[in-house]
Amino acid sequence: MIPKRTFDAVIVGGGGAGLRAALQLAEADLKVAVISKVFPTRSHTVSAQGGITSALGNVSDDNWHWHMYDTVKGSDYLGDQDAIEYMCRNAPTAVYELEHMGLPFSRLPNGKIYQRPFGGQSQNYGGAQAIRTCAAADRTGHALLHTLYQRNIAARTQFFEEFFATDLIRDEAGSILGVVALEIETGQAWLFESRATLLATGGACRIFRHSTNAHINTGDGLGMVLRAGLPLEDMEFWQFHPTGIPEVGSLITEGVRGEGGYLLNKDGEKFMERYAPNAKDLASRDVVSRAIAQEILAGRGCGPHGDFVYLKIDHIGADKVKERLPGIRELSMQFAGVDPCVAPMPVTPTAHYMMGGIPTNMHGQVVAPVKYGPEEPVPGLYAVGECACVSVHGANRLGGNSLLDLVVFGRAAGLHMIDFLRENPIPANLPEQQVDKAMARLARWDKKTGTETVAGLRTDMQRIMQDHCGVYRREDLLKEGIAKLDQVEARLPDAALSDHSKMFNTVRLEALELENLIPIARATLVSALARTESRGAHTREDFPKRDDGQWLRHTLYTRENDQLDYKPVRLKPLTVETFQPKERTY
Amino acid sequence: MNDPAVLNRIRWRCRRGMLELDAWLARFLDVTYPNLGEVEQALFEDLLRAEDDDLYGWLTGRATPPERYSALVETIKATKVSI
Repeated sequence: MIPKRTFDAVIVGGGGAGLRAALQLAEADLKVAVISKVFPTRSHTVSAQGGITSALGNVSDDNWHWHMYDTVKGSDYLGDQDAIEYMCRNAPTAVYELEHMGLPFSRLPNGKIYQRPFGGQSQNYGGAQAIRTCAAADRTGHALLHTLYQRNIAARTQFFEEFFATDLIRDEAGSILGVVALEIETGQAWLFESRATLLATGGACRIFRHSTNAHINTGDGLGMVLRAGLPLEDMEFWQFHPTGIPEVGSLITEGVRGEGGYLLNKDGEKFMERYAPNAKDLASRDVVSRAIAQEILAGRGCGPHGDFVYLKIDHIGADKVKERLPGIRELSMQFAGVDPCVAPMPVTPTAHYMMGGIPTNMHGQVVAPVKYGPEEPVPGLYAVGECACVSVHGANRLGGNSLLDLVVFGRAAGLHMIDFLRENPIPANLPEQQVDKAMARLARWDKKTGTETVAGLRTDMQRIMQDHCGVYRREDLLKEGIAKLDQVEARLPDAALSDHSKMFNTVRLEALELENLIPIARATLVSALARTESRGAHTREDFPKRDDGQWLRHTLYTRENDQLDYKPVRLKPLTVETFQPKERTY
Repeated sequence: MNDPAVLNRIRWRCRRGMLELDAWLARFLDVTYPNLGEVEQALFEDLLRAEDDDLYGWLTGRATPPERYSALVETIKATKVSI
């Protein structure tokens, strides 16, 4: 048996969601551990530069019900309206709470919290633009992480930094009793025993070749959940941004097209004129993304592999480019080797956010169809943040709602866990064979010889996902994608590591990450093939319309036999009337 | 000093919360770091203790790095990440 540490609660993931939940527990004097594979303040939450949405009404007239309407509509009516009401109603409290904790929000001249307008925000249910996103300059995510981290230190949360969680321990009755985690510095495996475990491991955009996400976003919690035999929800929904730098994935903002930039295919054609004769290059994100993907598929992409298009801006003049787009110019020169003052920049659609994830209710409890219903809590298991699907983002997330999701549901989960821990004071007997199973999975990578490499398999998987399950989806492409992914999975047992050392073995960690990514890629392909409609970020060229009759429901994917199950969208809010599905136009 | 365990530790600490930092730092580690002297290698590991937000600012030119890092930051920027 491996060495054991015992806590009241274990939080896996040190980003905004994990830290918010941990704080609730630590301030209630519970013994809390946060396990994080990188230092918590280097979590992907730092990339959320835009802000946190809350109807404070500091700049424009506003109320939470308008925010709720926008979120329901933005989700293309796939979001659960009870959870959305809970989030939007609690948003002002959540923001003021952060303010009191010391988060340095930017200020208006009158001293109130500064707010900025984001896309999809309206006053009066679809009226004039609302100004709703609270910001701490362009470093809101960074400020949020630091504030929560400092508070956790003060509340004596125990941090296990550079520990990589590998598997959940689930007993016969289905309860979660802890996790196994590797101490990265030594390679030692530890058992973290806890009466409540919360997953806050972030998204998994690294299944795609092109992504704006940091390399840590490998969906480790989702892999753990699938291996424990539990389902994932709505995995066909991934938000793409149309213009990212190829390979690196770095984002080139809409600002470039706003300043007069336009897209070109390899024939030098301004192809957006064909796809959107009126809006052209300023059409919405999904339209531009699909147009680029179609040009690439039709063989009109640029470069040696024909896998990107060009974004031209040099015609406005070098002085204007330098004056108006200095940051973009720097990124393009650094990551594409192109100075946009003199040459067009290569761009391609890039994966940005995962709307699906581990199914939970409003209290962060992981729910699954077990015996009596589709949403039965899994005892002792919680999930919050991008890894979870609560579901407030439905088929499409609005900017500024992700930081809000983290803090509102991080707090809600913490509160529920406190009650759960009081009601369940005695730890259950831990099944040793489950720990052995987790250890066997790790030992598999001790094998010295093999014909495949982790990096090679990862690249193949990422290409398959980009080409077959990106922004342009069609039955034949998806089926072909599944067949190709089958082949990658079949090659996985032949993979061996180039390094078998104990200390900071990064190759081994990447292998474990790949074992999380591949089943997530599979869940995405299978869920996308089954959903024969277009809704939010999921666009099927062969089924271009939203189909509320058949598809106003959540997908549940389980790994065994690629089983699909469905559950209804929760259309009934907590206290207000349902927003009935309507055509989504802006 | 190119001790594999030390190199592995530094490689893991090049994993950051922002994609651009991952790309910059991993590329630098592969291409330039092995050829640096011991003092500069130690300085790089020290630089990795900085906040993501600060590193991003220094590398994009939005902010000025502390004097001791300025040459190193310029070297990292000069290691182009090619597609």
